[in-house]
Amino acid sequence: MDKATQEMKKVAEKKGIETAWDRYEKMIPQCGFGELGICCRNCVMGPCRIDPFGEGAKEGICGATADIIAARNLVRMIAAGAASHSDHGRDVAHTLLATSEGKTKGYSIKGKQKLYDLANELNVKTENRKIEEIAHDVAEKCFAEFGQQHGELQFTHRAPVKRQEIWRKNKFTPRGIDREIVEIMHRTHIGVDNDHENLIKQGIRASLGDGWGGSMIATDLSDVIFGIPEPIRSISNLGVLKEDEVNLVVHGHEPTLSDVIVSAATDKELIELAKQYGAKGINLAGICCTANEILMRHGIPLAGNFLQQELAVITGVVDLMLVDVQCVMPALSKLQSCFHTKVISTSPKAKFPGVEHVEFSEEEALPIAKKIVRMAIENYKNRKKELVNIPKEKMELVAGFTSEYVFKMLGGKYRSTYRPLNDAIIAGRIRGVVGIVGCNNPKIKYDWAHITLAKELIKNDVLVVVTGCSAMADAKAGLLVPEAAKEYAGKGLQEICEAVGCPPVLHMGSCVDISRILTTLCNVVSEGGLGEDISDLPVAAAAPEWMSEKAVSIGFYAVASGIYTVLGIPFPILGGKEITEFVTKGLENIVGANFAFESDPIKAAELIIKHLNKKREALKLKPMMYEPPVGAASPVENKNEKRNN
Amino acid sequence: MKKGIIEINPERCLACKSCEIACAVAHSGTKNLELSIKEIPLPEKRVQVEQADVMSKSGQGFFLKMAAPLQCRHCEDAPCVKICPTKALTKTHQEEPVLLDNKLCIGCKWCILVCPFGVIKMDRTGGAIIKCDLCIERLKQNELPACVVSCPTKAIKFRTLEETAKEKRKKFLVDIASEKNT
Repeated sequence: MDKATQEMKKVAEKKGIETAWDRYEKMIPQCGFGELGICCRNCVMGPCRIDPFGEGAKEGICGATADIIAARNLVRMIAAGAASHSDHGRDVAHTLLATSEGKTKGYSIKGKQKLYDLANELNVKTENRKIEEIAHDVAEKCFAEFGQQHGELQFTHRAPVKRQEIWRKNKFTPRGIDREIVEIMHRTHIGVDNDHENLIKQGIRASLGDGWGGSMIATDLSDVIFGIPEPIRSISNLGVLKEDEVNLVVHGHEPTLSDVIVSAATDKELIELAKQYGAKGINLAGICCTANEILMRHGIPLAGNFLQQELAVITGVVDLMLVDVQCVMPALSKLQSCFHTKVISTSPKAKFPGVEHVEFSEEEALPIAKKIVRMAIENYKNRKKELVNIPKEKMELVAGFTSEYVFKMLGGKYRSTYRPLNDAIIAGRIRGVVGIVGCNNPKIKYDWAHITLAKELIKNDVLVVVTGCSAMADAKAGLLVPEAAKEYAGKGLQEICEAVGCPPVLHMGSCVDISRILTTLCNVVSEGGLGEDISDLPVAAAAPEWMSEKAVSIGFYAVASGIYTVLGIPFPILGGKEITEFVTKGLENIVGANFAFESDPIKAAELIIKHLNKKREALKLKPMMYEPPVGAASPVENKNEKRNN
Repeated sequence: MKKGIIEINPERCLACKSCEIACAVAHSGTKNLELSIKEIPLPEKRVQVEQADVMSKSGQGFFLKMAAPLQCRHCEDAPCVKICPTKALTKTHQEEPVLLDNKLCIGCKWCILVCPFGVIKMDRTGGAIIKCDLCIERLKQNELPACVVSCPTKAIKFRTLEETAKEKRKKFLVDIASEKNT
């Protein structure tokens, strides 16, 4: 656990303030039926619970077995996760549409090239047309993907042909983003789909509608409106908060408001106002993925990740915390009353009792943003000196990597290509690429699993890409700077990092930006030399500290895209033996990848490295350039010995 | 009246806390879940699901979570009964539960300190203690204790010692017989 977090937890304890960790302790022991996924509340003949020891009920009142109940519960989690990402995408599409019609204040089209590329992909005419007209049609086309009833989602065609065929053959290709989510809700109603495999298959279909639909739209249209990110330096951890400036913290997931807040916070009049109130300026920082969005594009500092949201308030210097949607703890409402901090909700979809609501609309974006910044400034004077505790801890980072930038970075500005990346893998300098993503969870030592896994992988010459709260964990640990390569990376990866000047762990954005990883992998496949499908590549994914339903959806679209995925906490399905077998073994035969559950990050790294080696062997790639000769202890085993001592 | 003791099988406990809820309802005025949550004062549970980390048997260095419901063992030579200065706690007969006369309790907390299992607590008002009465009201009506009935995995049982011993004897025979066969 980083020092800033330790320090703030101690402050909380001293003041008698409860945080998520304390509430978790109070929740222990947690209900085993829930953990095993074998309680069902889908109808009111129940609630029903299956006795996993076989002495009590073996079936629900309708006759549903443990496998059926666990499968229904799991795919409903997928539905919720896919809905969350996709609704985010829908909102970004709405912003683009409104902007193209001149109805918004505070937005323009900054990613013009991306817009043209998307227009070509979506068959929108570009010749002799105004950029607004093109943007309008692109937004409408993306909007249509949500409500589409038949056919195939447009962006699924980005996938390698072989992958598309697998999806088509198994009826996995999503027809429309919303349709597949709705169908999950239908199928999990009492007495509809009672085949756990068939249920999971629909879950896959909806999750692909997230990864290759809603999330991809969210990322790509955000790039159109706010510009494609480029590598940018910034800092992270609670130490970014300032004692002598107005601290405005954005928290949540969408870029639409936070990006305008960036403009408002740099407004000369408002900075002047802040000075009148005795502050030296306005300090903007962020938590969770809305922070990642403005970090990637503007270099705004990261105050922290999911489990630091309460700690930020406990510093006593957050004058205003603006929240939108997703992963915002209702606990913030009670917490703000202990400090001067003002929490402001902004989305009509997410209100909190006791929290002031300033509703956001794209039409009035900039005036609303300015109003909120003003509220923050006016609250500066209410700070209570005796409650101020800012930890010193902060760490430098480089973020802003995208599928577009990987081209430029590795190929050079004048010969943008994935060739050098593919060659590095083929030659055995890089073992493979692994995405580490997902949340924090008080069940796992804070940030530890993220950082340990990332370090273990880069040590073994695995290029790591990260998003979301995982990226923030690595940022705080100092893994997102080029210098980290020297300290932590294996020799092969070190050479690449030094040649390019990049960190060994690449920050690719928010959790919807996992779609960037998918696009990158498609490019790697089409560059050639590493097989014909994503499942041929030496790649894997991991979510070592996941907790949200969105993570379930992400996991499924990753596996269904052919990416082996290791979860730090098992899905709540272990009470159903057959469904567990299906997701951890059976899926391999259908989509060429499956899930593994492993809570120890060192063992997770072993599983991943074994998988990458297997894929390398199948591709008949060269042995790893700097691998110790066969028979010598591998670095992974050495590490284990150390740990046991 | 039904006779027996509470038997716990920790391997079966999933920590769902159904026993805690059933216990509170059984000791409520209305004896009905939906109505009891509106009672003033709110009913209280006398059983507590507790969890601890236990080193795994294989000694491989990782910890297993072990959870189990804990309630009064109704000791024969009960320290709480011995120490109670006002005789609020009594055990009248070998097969009777340790019972509390709420009116006599002065809230001195001696019983809490001497109980080896930590299953006595102060009530919500803080004026007197509260503890498991083995659902004596239910037993009188020939019903099993509420926690026993509520457990979905049968981790809590109510049996006479003779019944328990008999099962153990049978299991012992089966075990050695099957060992000989293999």
